[in-house]
Amino acid sequence: MKQHSGTLGRLATLKLLAQRFAFLSLVMASFALMLLGKADTLLVERLRETVGDVVAPILDVMSRPAGVVSDIVSGVHDLAALRAENVRLHEENATLLHWHTVARQLDNENRALRGQLNFVPDPDPSFITTRVIGDTGGAFVHSMLINSGVREGVRKGQAVIAGEVLVGRIAEVGQRAARVLLLTDINSHIPVIIENSRAKAILTGDNSDRPHLNYLSPNTNAAPGDRVVTSGHGGAFPPGMPIGVISSVQDGIVRVEPFVHRHQLEYVTVVDYGLAGVLPSDGPAEGRER
Amino acid sequence: MKGTLLQRMDQGIRQFVPVGLTLLLILLDAMPARLPGYAPVSPLLPIISVYYWSFCRPDLLPPAVAFALGLVNDVIMGSPLGVSSLVYLLVQGMTLSQRRLLSGRPFMVGWLGFLVIGSGAIALQWSMISMIFGHFLDLRAVLFEVLMTVSFYPLVSWLFARAQLALLKSS
Repeated sequence: MKQHSGTLGRLATLKLLAQRFAFLSLVMASFALMLLGKADTLLVERLRETVGDVVAPILDVMSRPAGVVSDIVSGVHDLAALRAENVRLHEENATLLHWHTVARQLDNENRALRGQLNFVPDPDPSFITTRVIGDTGGAFVHSMLINSGVREGVRKGQAVIAGEVLVGRIAEVGQRAARVLLLTDINSHIPVIIENSRAKAILTGDNSDRPHLNYLSPNTNAAPGDRVVTSGHGGAFPPGMPIGVISSVQDGIVRVEPFVHRHQLEYVTVVDYGLAGVLPSDGPAEGRER
Repeated sequence: MKGTLLQRMDQGIRQFVPVGLTLLLILLDAMPARLPGYAPVSPLLPIISVYYWSFCRPDLLPPAVAFALGLVNDVIMGSPLGVSSLVYLLVQGMTLSQRRLLSGRPFMVGWLGFLVIGSGAIALQWSMISMIFGHFLDLRAVLFEVLMTVSFYPLVSWLFARAQLALLKSS
């Protein structure tokens, strides 16, 4: 009897040891995965794309009620601000009519000048408008999942816009879903210029609401309110796409408030400008496909 | 105990409840909320699930499952692979080791336990991701995330308790 319980005790100890060992090896596996993610991005990307394709239809269905919630919230907001909004819109309409006239004149002038110069226009971009099915909220990653992938012609590195303003770029593409890296994400670096001073910089996200400008030459005068647009350098985006306005200049750090409001994005447009893109992980096989 | 095939299948499906609910929370987290200002501070709901099931039914959420759930979360969220796996594993391990302290106590003790373990988990996630990206992420957003996650605990744990009563009572 005593011997029997001794065996049981030893078995229990062994079992406990095995459990400890399993736990520790899983912890080690997590670290190994982190290293793998740093080293072999291609393999990790394939995994993400596959899983993304699997969950996309589920997220697509689940995200539909979220649209209803936002409609109700915005409906209540709109009702409260109806009168004030009307006054504001009247004023805005007056200003816009003025700008409309100016734009027409400039357009005519532009066309005339282009005719004189034998100007070769940029190729017409192709569009894919698609629904946002996932927003990976949280403080760690700023990205979105959209409901189109390779099948619809979405390619890595393409620009994603909402209305006229830049949202981000395509970071991963699966067969039927793709991930948009928002311009506020810490891994987002976009070549930009300040519209008035034509000063070049790199707009770098840091997972806060307001990305900052890097590599801005120190004697540039950047003031709050200045518009920031894409510069087109590096070939990832066409030049002149509106991004945001400078919101603050403090201790040499220039922060930009993007025009895009993340919570309002229900549909976004993926634009193919026929530009090669500068993303290093685009393999030669993908290049040939284009 | 064996029962018919149907009964055994039923039992098997019920065993899947904690994993299924965690998966559901992972998907919920990935959904666009479309509320102004919500996205940057949206709570990390799956951590609540891992904590809750680790101290109520640890047999249904073993370390390997926590690891796999973390992997799924990382892949869907687009966060660096392995970070959530590590976080869920440690939440599971920590909760299991403090189980005697937590079980059978009033709700407040469970909540307090989650405050400690959950904020530790998010702090760990913050340091791991900061290390991988080589850049310290904004601490305020992370603090808000902790607050949001901890304040979602009562609701989520209440729903889980209902689910546990309804589906896992017999076993």
